[in-house]
Amino acid sequence: MIKESELHPETAQFREIVPAGEYFLKVVKTGETVRILDLEGNQAADTLFYNAHNPTERYSAVDTIREQGNVYLTAGSKLMSSENNVMLEITADTCGRHDTLGGACAAESNTTRYALEKKCMHACRDSWLVAVTEHDELGMTKRDITHNINFFMNVPVTADGGLTFADGISDAGKYVELRAEMDVLVMISNCPQLNNPCNAYNPTPIEVLVWS
Amino acid sequence: MLHTATPLYDDLIPGGSHWSFIMRRGHVLRLIDETGGANVGMLMYNPENPLERYNMPDTLKNQHTFLLTRGHVLLSDMGRVFASIIRDDLGWHDTVSGTCNADLVAQRWGRKTYQDAHNHYHRNGFSSFLNELAKYGLGKKDLTANLNWFSKVKTDDDGNMAYVRDHSHAGATVDLRFEMDTIVVLHTCPHPLNTAAEYPSHPLRYQLFRAAPVTDADPCKISSPEATRAFANTALYHLMQP
Repeated sequence: MIKESELHPETAQFREIVPAGEYFLKVVKTGETVRILDLEGNQAADTLFYNAHNPTERYSAVDTIREQGNVYLTAGSKLMSSENNVMLEITADTCGRHDTLGGACAAESNTTRYALEKKCMHACRDSWLVAVTEHDELGMTKRDITHNINFFMNVPVTADGGLTFADGISDAGKYVELRAEMDVLVMISNCPQLNNPCNAYNPTPIEVLVWS
Repeated sequence: MLHTATPLYDDLIPGGSHWSFIMRRGHVLRLIDETGGANVGMLMYNPENPLERYNMPDTLKNQHTFLLTRGHVLLSDMGRVFASIIRDDLGWHDTVSGTCNADLVAQRWGRKTYQDAHNHYHRNGFSSFLNELAKYGLGKKDLTANLNWFSKVKTDDDGNMAYVRDHSHAGATVDLRFEMDTIVVLHTCPHPLNTAAEYPSHPLRYQLFRAAPVTDADPCKISSPEATRAFANTALYHLMQP
């Protein structure tokens, strides 16, 4: 569902451009709105959310899709935690559909998906591992890396149980906006994937904006 | 594909229960829906390093599938094969709906405590998983998307999910051949989308067999280039083991 935001970038309290292959880490407080902006188009923003006060509670893809009865995310979707609490709600979306079944690229999954020789290529799960090891204060490790949302990715499920990776439906300037229903730690890997035609083999930057 | 015709072990887990054990590679875990209508939640971990665990997204996207059936492999987050599905009587098993929790069970079927009902109390999948995980020093951080054997959840063109009732019949069987040593955690609590009027309580019969050796022509190994490479990663993992 396409729903435009009424918020203007000039009034955002926080703006940061995240280059491809980098991670982004920030606490968004209850009631604040965070926008993830696809600057150049068809860029996957692989995102994890945690309860900022207790990261043991985290975004759960399976609880989210089951509770809303739909496998795609868009405006109106409530993102559920592993403890069955609403963490955030998608309040605006100019892309129309986001994936939460496809997971994130990893050095190891690159070997199976593309070729055994791809094992040393930079991948999203490596970005998250760097994020948690560079932020000891969070007390997080690989144990905390779980299923994520792929904002701007289109992974259609067919009625006969197929899973396909379609061309990107995002474009330069498209965005998704979420209102936090609890204090959440947002952890994004701006995907460095060089093997996937969805992004024309060209990972690009995103921008993150926050309104209080 | 079974090396032994008679089970090495045969056991029945009551409905609404939980159990766990370590499967050794080269063995088959047979799951049998004893009465029809079963749901079996399952999680998998590497006992040598439990940070390696079943990964739903990698399993699905590597095989371009939303469902699990014969010929598919169950992948870890490290690009390796925990188990191959070498037999399946049903053609569709769910791994995207998660598991029921205490609130869901209480809202749908009422809260029935041990004080009320002794061993017929209403257990839920979330607590059941945690109960078993704790036996290996694992906990909430290790919970991930689980498998739901014998349950079917399909979608329409708009992505709306629908639980298919009466999908599994008495005697329906799934054979999992383990390619790595694996901690198997399972429960027989209801599927979270089951809307049956009464708390669904269906037992699981499971049996253990020795597996026949895996050849290069094995249907699971050659089911896709992705699966073949995952088998190669698994062989590398065992390169220096007896």
